[in-house]
Amino acid sequence: MGQQILNAIFIGSIYALFAVGYTLVFGVLDILNLAHSAVFMLGAAVTYTLVVNHGQSFWLACVLAIVAAAFMGLVIEYICLRPLRRRRAPPIAALISTIGLALIIVAAIEQGRPGTLFAWLWVDGANPVTMPPGTFPNPTWHVAGLTLEGSKLAVVPVSIALMLVLGYVMRFTQVGRGLRAVAENPRAARLMGIDVDRLISLTLVISSALGGLAGILFGVALGGISPYIGRDSVEVRGLAVIVLGGMGSIPGAVLGGYLLGFIEVLAVVLLGSNVRAGVAFAALFLMLVLRPQGLFGAQLRERI
Amino acid sequence: MDFLIQLFTDPVAFWNSHTLLISQIGINSILASSMFVVLYSGQLSLAAPGFMAIGAYTAVLMDLYWHTPLALNIATGTAFAGVVGVAVGLPVLRLRGVFLAIATIGFIEALSLGVILNLPITGEGLGLKNPNADPLGGINIVLVSLAVVVFLLWRLTKGRLGYAWTAIRQDELAAQSQGIDVARYKLIAFVVSALLAGFAGGAESHLNFFVDPNEYGVPRTVQVLTFAVLGGSGNVLGPVVGALFLTTLPYVFQQAGDYIGVVSGAILIAVIIFRPQGIVGRGGFAFVRPRWWPRAQVRAPSTR
Repeated sequence: MGQQILNAIFIGSIYALFAVGYTLVFGVLDILNLAHSAVFMLGAAVTYTLVVNHGQSFWLACVLAIVAAAFMGLVIEYICLRPLRRRRAPPIAALISTIGLALIIVAAIEQGRPGTLFAWLWVDGANPVTMPPGTFPNPTWHVAGLTLEGSKLAVVPVSIALMLVLGYVMRFTQVGRGLRAVAENPRAARLMGIDVDRLISLTLVISSALGGLAGILFGVALGGISPYIGRDSVEVRGLAVIVLGGMGSIPGAVLGGYLLGFIEVLAVVLLGSNVRAGVAFAALFLMLVLRPQGLFGAQLRERI
Repeated sequence: MDFLIQLFTDPVAFWNSHTLLISQIGINSILASSMFVVLYSGQLSLAAPGFMAIGAYTAVLMDLYWHTPLALNIATGTAFAGVVGVAVGLPVLRLRGVFLAIATIGFIEALSLGVILNLPITGEGLGLKNPNADPLGGINIVLVSLAVVVFLLWRLTKGRLGYAWTAIRQDELAAQSQGIDVARYKLIAFVVSALLAGFAGGAESHLNFFVDPNEYGVPRTVQVLTFAVLGGSGNVLGPVVGALFLTTLPYVFQQAGDYIGVVSGAILIAVIIFRPQGIVGRGGFAFVRPRWWPRAQVRAPSTR
């Protein structure tokens, strides 16, 4: 049971980190960025490729993967979102264009085999791969019958520190004030002299860098990196998390991430692993029907 | 290219060699029409694959256990999907926009992961064998019913129901103040959509020897949403055109080979950027104005 609780905290941190990026974009733009899960996958895939195929050091690979993810944020903004914003298209159009970009990223990784166009990016096709042991320090302790792996333990402080930094930036800096103003009313923000387009690009960069980092942590701690980890592991769960916490609320997304981790682990313990995902979604469905404003609706209703 | 050349030079051979593809286009069109009904009434409901699963499993199970005729099986599956539609729609339709979308995703995931994968009668994760399927003979049923569906929807959108749906889509509050029973018309749209999806599921199960539980998840709902939005959700023909366009895309661009995912993603983005209103819809191409290009003169004072 102790081990299960540890697992819940650890998987919850990854869900929370992923969902914070998701909810940041939703809070500012009112758009669900469905390419976010592809960026998550790209973070893990780029790290693996740099370490295993290009022989770079693990830390350099992590930095480059985060840079690549942040760059994808710019791609999302300039290709998928800005042209549609200029045309005042409905939000659902942006949903479709981000789906298109996710399709491109996943298909490019999926086709990466030796000798193909994308061989520099990925060589394992659709197969899941795991980082070879020894690429990163992974001390393991045994305390009171629990196994503590360094790679999994590191996930928790890294996520919490990043979310605290983001919370600080949002609350107390000029950039954060600008972002909150854009979230409240883009037109009024523009009239107040805020460069809305620049802030939105920045939002996408931050959100994608966080998503990419979540992917790296996921790949390092759980292994099984494949083109489909974003789609299968976090895409829909990320949605569940931001709804649990109240749409667009960063503290809500953090709490929702841990909550979903606990719900899933509890479902596995009480009902067996078959129903794990089903229970999480049944809970989501009931939550929405009974408390549409999110679990922390009343207090955390303010955005970001 | 061969695909298009054959279509124009030898339609009969084309029909014979692509029967299954044409049936699949028909099924996808009916599904896209089911999505159209909810979008037309202003609700982003993504529940279609859930109702498909209900229609498909009901039809195949009746055939396996009771050996009832095909028409009765599909009709029962459709009706059952409609009943579940009422049961799901009543609590869920209080939600709006993204919340409704996520609640319906919760519904389909809870149904496929929680119920179908755990009930012995549905074959759990292994799926159901359907020995009486008729992959080639189903085409007439599918195409005739597609024509009927499109005609009925066209009549519906031109009648009292369609005007009520339009009013609700444009402004729910205004519609209510005009004496339109919003809850009732929304439920009607939801149930019509459920019936269409259930019918499509039942018909599709007749084309395949195997009912695969993994078919009815989130990827499918994203695909159906893409059909409807890309085709244009303001016109009955839009979803049909969208389904036709996207289902034939891999065949038209056969040269892309393994990179078809990349190509179709790029086409998806291009189409939605240049035609945010969908392929079928009012207005011409939307060209993205570069920053240095002079803005068009607006004659009438804008209210926004």
